[in-house]
Amino acid sequence: MTGRPTHGKTPDGTPRLVLKGIGKVYPGVVANEAVDLEVRPGEIRAVLGENGAGKSTLMKIIYGVTRPSAGQMLWEGKAVHVENPAHARSLGIGMVFQHFSLFETLTVVENVALALPGAPALDELAQRITEVSERYGLPVDPRRHIHALSVGERQRVEIIRCLLQNPRLLIMDEPTSVLTPQAVRKLFETLRQLAAEGCSILYISHKLDEIQELCHTATVLRGGKVTGECIPAQETPQSMARLMIGKDLPHCVHGSARGDGELRLRLAGLSHACEDPFGTDLKDIHLDVRAGEIVGIAGVSGNGQQELLRAISGEETLAVKFPVQICGVEAGRLKPAARRRLGLAFVPEERLGRGAVPGMSLADNALLTAARGQDMLAGGFVRFGRAHAFAQRCIEAFKVKCNGPAAAAKSLSGGNLQKFIVGREILQAPRLLVCAQPTWGVDVGAATFIRQALIDLRDRGCAVLVISEELDELFEVCDRIAVIAKGRLSPTRPAAQTSVEDIGVWMSGMWPAADLEHQPPAGTPTEPANA
Amino acid sequence: MLELEARTEPSRLMSWASPLLAVALMLAGGMLVFSALGKDPVEGFRIFFLNPVKDLYGVSELLLKATPLMLCAIGLAIGFRANVWNIGAEGQFMLGAVAATGVALHFDGADSAFVLPAMVLAGALGGAAWAAIPALLRTRFNANEILVSLMLVYVAQLFVSWLVFGPWKDPDGFNFPQTRMFGEAALMPMVLEGTRLHAGFVIALGVLVAGYAFMNRSFAGFRMRVAGEAPEAARYAGFSAARMIWVGLLLGGAAAGVAGMGEVAGPMGQLTDKVGSGYGFAAIIVAFVGRLNAFGILLASLLMALLYIGGEQAQQYLNLPSSISMVFQGMLLFFLLGSDVFINYRLRLRRRAV
Repeated sequence: MTGRPTHGKTPDGTPRLVLKGIGKVYPGVVANEAVDLEVRPGEIRAVLGENGAGKSTLMKIIYGVTRPSAGQMLWEGKAVHVENPAHARSLGIGMVFQHFSLFETLTVVENVALALPGAPALDELAQRITEVSERYGLPVDPRRHIHALSVGERQRVEIIRCLLQNPRLLIMDEPTSVLTPQAVRKLFETLRQLAAEGCSILYISHKLDEIQELCHTATVLRGGKVTGECIPAQETPQSMARLMIGKDLPHCVHGSARGDGELRLRLAGLSHACEDPFGTDLKDIHLDVRAGEIVGIAGVSGNGQQELLRAISGEETLAVKFPVQICGVEAGRLKPAARRRLGLAFVPEERLGRGAVPGMSLADNALLTAARGQDMLAGGFVRFGRAHAFAQRCIEAFKVKCNGPAAAAKSLSGGNLQKFIVGREILQAPRLLVCAQPTWGVDVGAATFIRQALIDLRDRGCAVLVISEELDELFEVCDRIAVIAKGRLSPTRPAAQTSVEDIGVWMSGMWPAADLEHQPPAGTPTEPANA
Repeated sequence: MLELEARTEPSRLMSWASPLLAVALMLAGGMLVFSALGKDPVEGFRIFFLNPVKDLYGVSELLLKATPLMLCAIGLAIGFRANVWNIGAEGQFMLGAVAATGVALHFDGADSAFVLPAMVLAGALGGAAWAAIPALLRTRFNANEILVSLMLVYVAQLFVSWLVFGPWKDPDGFNFPQTRMFGEAALMPMVLEGTRLHAGFVIALGVLVAGYAFMNRSFAGFRMRVAGEAPEAARYAGFSAARMIWVGLLLGGAAAGVAGMGEVAGPMGQLTDKVGSGYGFAAIIVAFVGRLNAFGILLASLLMALLYIGGEQAQQYLNLPSSISMVFQGMLLFFLLGSDVFINYRLRLRRRAV
């Protein structure tokens, strides 16, 4: 672990950026209200807050993507109105978005050229990319195609693209959400070097430990307003959490798993070639999930998680039956509805448009997966009263904040819709629940609630498989953890016997005996591999 | 300056007001067209829109015209809700007419009460069979159903022509391209004495009710709505995409086929090469003006029928070309698509930022 940042470094003089009383009102929503913020040259300032606290809106205002409804912005002492991102870049502001904006079919240098004004010569530009990447420890080959790069490498391309314009303020939006712990280390070194050279950095995150490690100062947002400023090194995670969510961080109650339950899901050498040329092929995946345990799959996104989930849920059927066994039935060729009848429930990663139909009511969305199992049909016709009652039950049991079962799915916040979807699946008393990114983009309160619901479901004897990119989450809920990398699945390890660092190494595809065939003996729980 | 601003959620009021706004704009546009052609716009309006419904006979003619439109439109709406874009109802209409004619000619002279029901069934099957071609090509080879169903309209037209110029030509018909007149048992009974309004209208109303029940009350209809609004959610829930395509096209084809049967067994009394008179295409407009909803389609089909008849009247009394109907139809769809923008957007006056 590297040392704490030094705080005396911020030079005196004019702040690089000052926001005074910034407000932003969308129709029906106040995203920002009277926000004051200041960042000095060489300062790494965290902007801390939960999802929906108004962090992203504030950064979009600085970068000229949206305009504030109120307030003033001073850039190096002068009042400015940032008209658009090009204007922001000409001022010296660069931004790396959470979701990358790169063309997959183009090379690194071509992507960078597209963002620069004019038509730079590619050879010369490639040379400059190499220089910048060497100087800041961001190794990337300018001639490679984006689709062949890992997520971490893509982020480097985004950063290099910003650095080529010599920014004096760099905005990083949740940069570590797609990185392995090791890649996070490297990123932090780069950011520290940039700050040491005088670049200001606004670092948006909700991860308290990262902010403590990296940032000199922090501005905390809640409900669109600044609720506090602090020096992270002088705070504890608990005290920052209180500033961020207004109360202590809730925790899950987690007993130990039985581990000898009935076999509910077995992946027996699952291989599947993906039709999408930029997708990931699944290669010989073995996994057992038993009743009464939660198994987690970690991994950087894009390593086969989507493909694996589709193969388990039945959205993508296989040519052969045996590789996917659900509750003892070889289900590889079964459609999703047939697998659901075997006792499978599934919470997909995308809530709107996949887990729920945005324009339909919650009652209609209950029909989506619960119609047959919950007796909502009569001779081909829908018993709307029953669907309504089921949705109502789900709203009450999972504390979904909404205007009742008639509310449209898209009118709910992300966290509440996720609670509804998880609730809809759990209330059907599944024998096996597969849950993707259970708390992605969900506020801390709802996230803890959902995790606790998963643990309670396990304690009632359900088998649970969780696929997540958040390692902390997996360690909080799982009994055993495996890692998926490049379409291969590692052996599982009991969560108590491994660490974030170990799993982080595995996430790059290097686990013990990664190249050996791994076949757990039938009928016994998977043992941890020898390290 | 004026600006379109996205609404936080679609306006329910606008989604129903939009067709009314489109009708108002079409009327205003029509007035301008009349003036530009040197006709008195008020007189034009009276002849086009009021004359056709001034007596019971006029009303019965309106309902007669609306019958095939509502049949075709309700069938199309079922598919459209699931994003199955069948725009070949015109061809399915013709094949329904052909199949019904086949039954009528086969049982020519028979005096059985089963001939008419057999013709309705044959019409439905004929239309469905024609729609099965794009369904098969779409589910098997992912061929675009818009193109295939549209092109099959022209194949159907040529097929009808071949029949009435060839094997089915009335031997006593002075070489006109038409079949024999159907026998009494193969003609639709009238529902209003002294008019041409036949039992097909009652069938159409029944199909509207069935269409409503299917789309709004049945689980199959729910699945189709999910497939249309969120295909990934349909896949997640395990609703088969291929089944949606088959159901959407077959039901649309069957309804259009019954409409075709109603024409040959109703006002025409025989099959001619003019059997397809654009109902299948006009029904696309009817379906959208009616918001893909059974009750809306009922109203929209009456409006569209009025445009047809008004056009004939304008031809007769105002000396305008027959294409005036098409001009009005086109304006209606144009203004509807324009007004629909306001379902998701609102107009705002904004001063330029200083």
